[in-house]
Amino acid sequence: MTSTEHVVAVPRQRRTRASRVKTALKKAPFSAWFGIVVILGYVFVALLAPWIAPYGETQVFTEAFAPWSQEFIVGTDQLGRDVLTRLIYGARNTIGIAFATTLLSFAVGVTLGLLAAMYRGWLDQILSRAVDVLMSIPSLIFALMLLSIFGSSVTSLILIIALLDSTRVFRLARAVGLNVAVMEYVEAAQLRGEGPRWILTKEILPNVLPPLIAEFGLRFCFVFLTIAALSFLGVGIQPPTADWGSMVRENATLITYGDITPLLPAGAIALLTVSVNFVVDWFLHATSGLRDEK
Amino acid sequence: MSESEYKLRLAQNLIGRGKVSRRDFIHLGLAAGLTVASADMLFVSVARAEPQRGGFAKLGMAHGATTDSIDPAGYPDTFTQTAFSGAMSNSLTEVDAKGSIQPDLAESFETTDDATTWVFKLRKGATFHNGKTVTADDVVASMQYHMGADTKSAAKSLLESVTNIKADGPETIVFTLKSGNADFPYIMSDYHLVVMPARDGKADWESGVRTGAFVLENFQPGVSAKLKRNPNYFKNGKPYFDEVEFIAITDLAARMAALSTGEVDYIGRADLKTLGMLKRKPNIEILEVTGYGHYTLPMNVTVAPFDNPDVRMALKWAIDREEIAQKIFLGHATVGNDNPIAPAIKFAINPQPQHKFDPEKARFHLKKAGMENLKVDLSVADAAFAGAVDAAALIRETAAQCGIDVNVVREAEDAYWDNVWLKKPWCASYWSGRATADWMFTQAYSADSSWNETFWKNPRFNELLTQARAETDEAKRSAMYAEMQQLTHDDGGAIVLVFNNFVSAKSKKLAHGELAPNWENDGLKMAERWWVANA
Amino acid sequence: MRFAKRTARGAGGSLFSGKGSKAPPMNPVVRTVLQRLGLGLITLFIVTIIIFSAIAMLPGDFAKAMLGQSATPETVAAFQREIGIDRPPVERYFAWVGQIMQGDFGSSFASRTGYRRTVAEIIAPRLYNTMFLAVMTALIAVPLALGLGILAALYRNSWFDRVVNTVTLTTISFPEFFVAYMLAYLIISRDTFIGTEFAQSLPEWLAASINWVLNLVPKFPTLANISDQTPFWEHVWRAALPSITLTLVIVAHMMRMTRAAIINMLASPYIDMARLKGMSPMAIVLRHALPNAWAPIVTVIAFNLAYLIVGVVVVEVVFVYPGIGQLMVDAVKSRDVPVVQACALIFAATYILLNLTADIISIATNPRLLHPR
Repeated sequence: MTSTEHVVAVPRQRRTRASRVKTALKKAPFSAWFGIVVILGYVFVALLAPWIAPYGETQVFTEAFAPWSQEFIVGTDQLGRDVLTRLIYGARNTIGIAFATTLLSFAVGVTLGLLAAMYRGWLDQILSRAVDVLMSIPSLIFALMLLSIFGSSVTSLILIIALLDSTRVFRLARAVGLNVAVMEYVEAAQLRGEGPRWILTKEILPNVLPPLIAEFGLRFCFVFLTIAALSFLGVGIQPPTADWGSMVRENATLITYGDITPLLPAGAIALLTVSVNFVVDWFLHATSGLRDEK
Repeated sequence: MSESEYKLRLAQNLIGRGKVSRRDFIHLGLAAGLTVASADMLFVSVARAEPQRGGFAKLGMAHGATTDSIDPAGYPDTFTQTAFSGAMSNSLTEVDAKGSIQPDLAESFETTDDATTWVFKLRKGATFHNGKTVTADDVVASMQYHMGADTKSAAKSLLESVTNIKADGPETIVFTLKSGNADFPYIMSDYHLVVMPARDGKADWESGVRTGAFVLENFQPGVSAKLKRNPNYFKNGKPYFDEVEFIAITDLAARMAALSTGEVDYIGRADLKTLGMLKRKPNIEILEVTGYGHYTLPMNVTVAPFDNPDVRMALKWAIDREEIAQKIFLGHATVGNDNPIAPAIKFAINPQPQHKFDPEKARFHLKKAGMENLKVDLSVADAAFAGAVDAAALIRETAAQCGIDVNVVREAEDAYWDNVWLKKPWCASYWSGRATADWMFTQAYSADSSWNETFWKNPRFNELLTQARAETDEAKRSAMYAEMQQLTHDDGGAIVLVFNNFVSAKSKKLAHGELAPNWENDGLKMAERWWVANA
Repeated sequence: MRFAKRTARGAGGSLFSGKGSKAPPMNPVVRTVLQRLGLGLITLFIVTIIIFSAIAMLPGDFAKAMLGQSATPETVAAFQREIGIDRPPVERYFAWVGQIMQGDFGSSFASRTGYRRTVAEIIAPRLYNTMFLAVMTALIAVPLALGLGILAALYRNSWFDRVVNTVTLTTISFPEFFVAYMLAYLIISRDTFIGTEFAQSLPEWLAASINWVLNLVPKFPTLANISDQTPFWEHVWRAALPSITLTLVIVAHMMRMTRAAIINMLASPYIDMARLKGMSPMAIVLRHALPNAWAPIVTVIAFNLAYLIVGVVVVEVVFVYPGIGQLMVDAVKSRDVPVVQACALIFAATYILLNLTADIISIATNPRLLHPR
């Protein structure tokens, strides 16, 4: 990619990582700042859910569909559970699961992708063809089938979506890996007699990182929306665990009557994905060679 | 009565037959001393109340799948049942709005003293859609379709008690039963047991030629079915619609939206959450009927700890049925009392004491059973009934207050009836209900039924069941059923949570009489019984 | 992924040409097509094995799914005998492959003796509906995305660029079903907005003007149930809401790729040359930047078109549109293996063919790939 070439071609300008991040942040547009603040807010809420939430995750109160009030800030749901509490725990569950899934899919996808790029040959062929097969099966329906086979537990949800998603990560990692693998410094390292592991972690990985990090953000959003869609079709995260997708689904009919409570979880999903997209957008812009403000 | 009043009365009768125009009627009303507005209102209400012919109805059904077919061995849900059984076909009998049995394709039925032999006489002049007269041979072939070793019919168990069916002349059918059954005509009203033409002695369901009020015109499985009026229908004046279209709308939100925007005139299974808001719309009416259907949590009484009657009793007292009725069914349900016979059914009693949430009593029975630290698994999935998982969540909370640790096991929805029901010691189940006490008890509580979901084999209960079935003395029979219901309540393994109401909604364009309680959609017969309201 | 395809092709080309360079030179387009078609067939074959085993592993079978609560061992056995699922799975799979080889997709399990429902006749109308929706959406979304992308690149960093970017980013961030429900709500609000508590809490003039705006929205049907008898224009009318939903979902991706690819091209030296010659920015974009930026754009378009055919099941559910996605979900639920298999084959073939087309266009528009050294 242009980005990597750019960084590599002008080694003298390299500053310490921290200072580079600092200058980049200073130049960041408002949208990126907004995104970063929102994401940090979500992480904060997700991590501290049990301490922030006013009530227990599955605690049931007498009044179902209670209106917004002092006691229940945004009311209660169909079983009389506090919606705010469910939203906060939902952040923990939904974000946690999506993050774990994305992380796993990257661990698998990047490792295999870079290996395929380095070794080429039969390894590359087998992996690439396997990925072709997996990608040509509609992932939502395939996930639906696999979840019916293995049961809709959180573990199988993470494993299945991570597996299906790692195919796309593999493609990207392999492609950027191929570009870097032919670079002189990689050849130089090989001539120096460095082991493949050293080359992979010290030479290739740092140079393919920017597009992969950007992709991580996009994949995270995608996984997030996939989980929401699966919850919508009834096989995602299972109740009584709070998650935003099924919270929308359960009360979707209320929307048609102008009750905005079901909009809250949908809004929470949208706000997070928008923020991640903003940050990714800026990150891509900052790390790529697209200097379009001429 | 003045002359003008008399004329008005006459005119009211004529409106129903479409013989008096609105304008003429208002003139008559004015002459009788009414204002224009009140005369107009009177016209509208009378016109609505009297069925009239013509018009088109679009009916949104809550089910429908691509695997649907017109084969009566199937009919898994309300789409096929309402369209292909209710609108297109007839059984020998039907259940009316009062819950009593009426002849349908049969003209009459009678039995011998011990109720083992039943003789049905066919209606004269009833024909199939292709003009062929309905004969006893057709009925015999249709019933045999659901019997025998090779049948794939879901109705097989219904006819298990029938040992012989034969045609006695072209209009008489004789059923011989293993043992007496005073309620046999009710069984004949089942939606699977429709009459089809016989071809070479076998029932021909493939052609879709039936006897019903409507003729199938176009059917796209999982999408829609369009039917048009059968001009030679044997019931006088029926049906009223010229055409009906059944549309499968399985998504709840889409169904509600379709009614709101007028895309359909009726929807089955309305969303309870937003019912209050739907009600406010001026052109929409909510229909609610208490049916026979009920949600149960059957315990396998042959497995520990459920083999201990005190454990069963403790659990019966540890559940807040009222809260479940309010929160899961939003009040559109009648609280159950561990008696599977719905209040509307003949011979139903309300056994005492009423089981409700009472931690004291639950603890008392636990102590008696010597299991103060009871821990049980409850296997549920929404495949059993919508809201089963939520109900289990509520039960967990109330049981905890009685010192019972209920571990809710969420099972897979797929193949729930296959892997969980009748397999797990305590699970969730649903019964759409049966029209008679005997039918319900025989299928779900008798010792030898394959659907005895509690594996409960109470000798006294089973003895009474056989006796009551053949008993023709009403008073004696009533006493027997009362005792059986009390037994189920006190000793049985089923926790009956609630009886559900059929909640549907329609636009004011459609009108109807009193709704039948036996199945949804006006006993599945809405297409035949409803009409387009005038004005 | 957006970088993936372009570079993969570049590197992939070298991968194969390394060995093929000694053979007589073959037109790279033809070579790619042949190679990919061959691989595609193998892929299809493996897909059917995976799908078949997946269904075999699902709990229950067609007979049990159909009979549900009323299943008894005898009726289930009779059912299984009739549709032939009492035979071992391997035998059934090969019987199925044999049929496919003869071009016969077989019969659905919903068939009975004397009442055959072939897979082809079940799938054909659904496939037509899906294609209809996909083409209709593509006709709106692709020109829209290209137009917006070009304009955004032309006026980059202007307020227009920012608004378009933010709006498209937002629409892509909502779950599909939510976009769908919101559109349905909009249609319903046309008639009911004034009556809601929310409207009554607003000042009267505001409520009235919102109502006025709402009434500008055409009254699209919220129920897209169409049948084979639906006339063409009514089909278009009924498919409007699903199509708008899908457009909102896919435009962002394509528009952003178009913008990025063009801006990327604008940084190259030959564009500076054109600029020095005094060409107008619009002419530069259309005549110089766009023709060279096709490869990544086409890849993204192909990806989104594949999505329109393969991934719209949620939208189909919400608007009750009888498409092939819902058919497959239905068939999986009822374990109707022949239908599931056929759907999976169609989906996989679509994906393979669209990717192939994208690659061919990428090669054809890239002189370096078209005429390798």
